[in-house]
Amino acid sequence: MKELNLGKSSIAAVLAGTFAFSNPTIAAVDIIKIDGSSTVYPITEAVAEEFQIETGIKVTVGVSGTGGGMKKFCRGDTVISGASRPIKAKERKKCAEAGIEFIEVPVAFDALTVVINPKNDFATEMTPAELKKIWEPAAQGKMMTWSQVREGWPDIPLKLYGPGADSGTFDYFTEAIVEESKAIRGDFTASEDDNVLVKGVAGDKGGMGYFGLAYYAENKDKLAAVKVQNSEGKFITPSMETVQDGSYNPLARPLFIYLNATKAAFDPNVRKFIDFYLKYAGELANEVGYIAFSDDEYAAITAHYKGSKTGTAFEKPAIGLSVKEMLKRAAAN
Amino acid sequence: MAKIAIKAKNNNDLSEIRALIKKHKKNDLIFAATGMFVIASLTITLLILFLDLVIDGYPRFTLDFFSNFPSRRALKAGILSAWIGSSLVLIVTFFVAVPLGIAAGVYLEEYAKKNWISDLIEINVSNLAGVPSIIYGLLALGLFVYSFGLGQSILTAGLTLALLMLPIVIVSTRESIRAIPVHIREAAFAVGATKWQVVINHVIPYSYGGILTGVIIGMARAIGETAPVITIGALTFIAFLPPSPISTSAPFLNFEWLEAAFTVLPIQMFNWISRPQHAFHVNAAATGAVIIVLTALMNGFAIRLRYKIRKKIKW
Repeated sequence: MKELNLGKSSIAAVLAGTFAFSNPTIAAVDIIKIDGSSTVYPITEAVAEEFQIETGIKVTVGVSGTGGGMKKFCRGDTVISGASRPIKAKERKKCAEAGIEFIEVPVAFDALTVVINPKNDFATEMTPAELKKIWEPAAQGKMMTWSQVREGWPDIPLKLYGPGADSGTFDYFTEAIVEESKAIRGDFTASEDDNVLVKGVAGDKGGMGYFGLAYYAENKDKLAAVKVQNSEGKFITPSMETVQDGSYNPLARPLFIYLNATKAAFDPNVRKFIDFYLKYAGELANEVGYIAFSDDEYAAITAHYKGSKTGTAFEKPAIGLSVKEMLKRAAAN
Repeated sequence: MAKIAIKAKNNNDLSEIRALIKKHKKNDLIFAATGMFVIASLTITLLILFLDLVIDGYPRFTLDFFSNFPSRRALKAGILSAWIGSSLVLIVTFFVAVPLGIAAGVYLEEYAKKNWISDLIEINVSNLAGVPSIIYGLLALGLFVYSFGLGQSILTAGLTLALLMLPIVIVSTRESIRAIPVHIREAAFAVGATKWQVVINHVIPYSYGGILTGVIIGMARAIGETAPVITIGALTFIAFLPPSPISTSAPFLNFEWLEAAFTVLPIQMFNWISRPQHAFHVNAAATGAVIIVLTALMNGFAIRLRYKIRKKIKW
């Protein structure tokens, strides 16, 4: 377990606290600056909205994407960064160079949902191997009809829709299905706006795509969700229940916020905000279309953050970890 | 023409001339009809787009929509921080790009020596007008945000959009100066005016119309820009306003708002359109309609101004 290293500013903060009678104000940030993933944004927006109403402390949230947000976070521009995938080795190096330590906090689950056109009545159940066959780079220009995916399926052209390469959704899907991050065929329709993918699949009998559960939940009349085979060999429909009990794998993915460890340890306003975040994350995550952890899990996460345990659970890539496993691995690194 | 006329005279054949005139008149008609068709299809496309937005966004045209901050509840969410942010950014853009653009245009046209350097600058300025806006965003991120330390502020955004608008203003200034007849200038010089007097009393006032056209096009481009503003770090959720530019005590103006964090209308719209819930799409449509109305109002004002100025010019 790695304890938080005391940086210059934190020593100053401790000193300021020690001589509280002469200098009673520990420098608290005026505005809590948050940036990062557009996927995590709805939860953070909801928390920020409620927090600001309750405490009057100002919070701003930007949407630069997971990667763009990390850049700002590792330069110290922001104190919290939303991420729809774990921090990458390259980003960890940037943070380390700038002397910024981070605490990794999972906040909710999202279920990546593979969708097909409702008129498609054959491909309602698929295995990860079949998905890989469709999406892997080698499929480019070759895997063009449904009949090639499984014998007996009709000879309908396969039309693929997926998020663009900048998205964390794309990173996770390729890691979980193709088993190599960012490896995918080039000949599919990509869009950063998931509603475009919804329209594409809804208007095309041979269409197939993937995105977060919320986009499927809002368009159930236009799309059908594919039951994906899990590690026990069962075909599981993505839903709140199947994600919560862990049976929907490997496509259930955790969403994170990364905390600037020094600020999270010593800045009273930031602490207040994170406490508030973890207290309401579950409730608000469900409200905006994600899947909450259990109360026990949130309690474990809170203890993890209060212990200032820095580092990530994902120094080696891992798919389908439970919250407790994530925290254990993060604390061990 | 003369040849035809002579030929016709010789042959006493007026019907040939009439046929020719008829044919040319027909060409006139065809051209007018084509022009009409093009204009109509453009206007109708815009109108349909606008109507579509209005119909989709209609339920959200309430006072609350303009006076509420963004929210996770679509029906409670509003564009207060966005329209104030957009307005303040555009004010900065206007006050930076217009004087600089006109000054640069006047200098290049009236004062600069015509040599390879001015040719190079001319080519560059024209090219700048075609550079993708994201490039300006990246430039501004490096220059304004980090090198000059202006931060992710309204000032940075205003300056960035001003850069985007500058080439348009410069080019239109030069074009409209060029259109002023030489004899106006010569007359002024003849009665003993200096170059500066000619420029300030004649050249600039007479070219206001053309300059304003450039300003209109530039501002219309600036209001809809998203990419460069996101690059320099405009926010999506911000539920407080920048400090007021007008204060109750002397000196009555303060410029703290220049350093404030902000969001703008297109960003708010983009965020809502990419949300899964349909209620947010309604908000996005309403925001789109607001952007179009704002642009139309701005253009309308400028066109009216241009009309008034043109009426005053007597050559």
